[in-house]
Amino acid sequence: MPSPQSVPSLIEVRDLERTFDVRRPVEGRRRRVREQVRAVHDLTFSVAAGEMVGYIGPNGAGKSTTIKMLTGILVPTGGQVRVAGLDPSRQRVDLARRIGVVFGQRSTLWWDLPLRDSFELLQKMYRIPPARYRENLDRFIDLLDLEAQLDTPVRQLSLGQRMRGDITAALLHDPEVVYLDEPTIGLDVVSKGRLREFLRALNAERGTTLLLTTHDLQDIEALCDRVIVIDHGTAVYDGSLAGLHAEGGSSRTLVVDLVDEADPIDVPGASVRRVEGPRQWLSFPTEASAAPIVAAVAAAYDVADLSIQEPDIEDVIRELYSRGG
Amino acid sequence: MLHVAIATRAFRRYSTYRAATLAGIFTNSVFGIIYSYAYLALWRANPTAGGYDAQDAVTYVWLGQALLMTIALWGGGTTDDLAERIRTGDVAIDLYRPVGLVGWYLAADLGRAAYHLLTRGFGPTVIGLVVFDIALPASPVAALAFAVSLVLAVVVSFAIRFLVASTAFWLLDQSGVKVMSGAFAIFFSGMMLPLVLFPGWLGTLARALPWASYVQVPADIWLGKHTGADLAAALGFQLVWAVVLLAASQGVLRLATRKVVVQGG
Repeated sequence: MPSPQSVPSLIEVRDLERTFDVRRPVEGRRRRVREQVRAVHDLTFSVAAGEMVGYIGPNGAGKSTTIKMLTGILVPTGGQVRVAGLDPSRQRVDLARRIGVVFGQRSTLWWDLPLRDSFELLQKMYRIPPARYRENLDRFIDLLDLEAQLDTPVRQLSLGQRMRGDITAALLHDPEVVYLDEPTIGLDVVSKGRLREFLRALNAERGTTLLLTTHDLQDIEALCDRVIVIDHGTAVYDGSLAGLHAEGGSSRTLVVDLVDEADPIDVPGASVRRVEGPRQWLSFPTEASAAPIVAAVAAAYDVADLSIQEPDIEDVIRELYSRGG
Repeated sequence: MLHVAIATRAFRRYSTYRAATLAGIFTNSVFGIIYSYAYLALWRANPTAGGYDAQDAVTYVWLGQALLMTIALWGGGTTDDLAERIRTGDVAIDLYRPVGLVGWYLAADLGRAAYHLLTRGFGPTVIGLVVFDIALPASPVAALAFAVSLVLAVVVSFAIRFLVASTAFWLLDQSGVKVMSGAFAIFFSGMMLPLVLFPGWLGTLARALPWASYVQVPADIWLGKHTGADLAAALGFQLVWAVVLLAASQGVLRLATRKVVVQGG
């Protein structure tokens, strides 16, 4: 699938494949049998500069394998990868200067060193011009509220503080693309919200491309206009979040509290899923507007209260997985 | 610049373990005293064994004790951090950096070695100077050459330890290989017994293996056994092993990242 010529793509993946040889014990045989496992296959997508893309899939779907190939620490066994025009595994060190990585479950900081020392090492490592370094550092510690932690050894930081330190560390050298792997895992609701806000601002102000793998679908909803769903090593969906809802056949739910108990509500465009006393649940397609349905219900019935539930995206993805599998 | 910064921080990091350092100096000194008496007994029986006199022999003992931690003869040092990062998969983060892994860990290990030289090196040497009449460097040239030799010793030892740590890419755990490598090192470095005492082909072999760079070569330089072209050859011997083993480390690392899965997601 070639990308439109007008938009230069930053990440270009074509027919990507990675197989692993594994040895598996087989009953009745003394020697383990060598077997090839395809961790990723027939994977094709491209990401334009400035996009925020959610890269999601169940455990073992091939997400990390893809990221490792995009960053060059794993060599593909087939297909092509280009990031910022470079071949990641051949030009890993050149590419490393232009990308940032954030792992929710591991720290990229030096455990024994104060946060400030980690940042200073990074400045030297990425050869960040001093003025630029100061400017970035000041801005990030201000936005992420890290001033008070600068002289604390990383091992003494709380998870949320460490995560903010890691984000800062990944961004000091103005990377064009940042891979975030479960960046909000283990964070409390407030920290999650702050982090998402920060990432949105980063993308808006600097046009930084973000590729986000996460299990937290709120991350995706808050940040990504586009999602790529991967399962069994290949993409099963690539498109907008709204499209994902449609594809997965998801629906929104209108919860109606009537003044009195009544027969199931009959209005065009919606169908009753459940009735419990005076409360009824009506479902209608995600892409339809709620307004005419609400109006129709209100015109025909005595309504005490109304609320709308957004579809559970996890259900949508589960639906896609079951089809892909 | 970066590598200096890495080395300084490694130095600082190791300097936080003060009590361990003191305990280590004590241990080195006790072993130095025990070995000294054993060697003195040996050289009384054969006063010119290996071309050393009794003072050379005792000096050799204390040099060995001073070098033990500086070159991390048993293994360990920053390469243990590397092995652990390979095991947990954290090495992926190191590989995302725009810096070669070998140079990175070498810089850190030189920082560590500098700290161990200042403490575990000088500490026991002072005891040796006071309790036994150990020889100072044979000449200013010998002293300077010893300094160069010491750095090369650390580099050779680092490269071997790096290779040992790299086995974790395949074996997940370096400890078996590390024990084996440590046994080789203690025997072939001349730490247990100077290589000059090794007979016939075993001596020839031992003096040609990289471990000779650890203790035997620096000690002989200190003692003034190498002069002129011979001195250049001794340093050249270390340099060749350093280059060969660093290249091997680089090669193994490339192989590891090409063939092996970095652990975890």
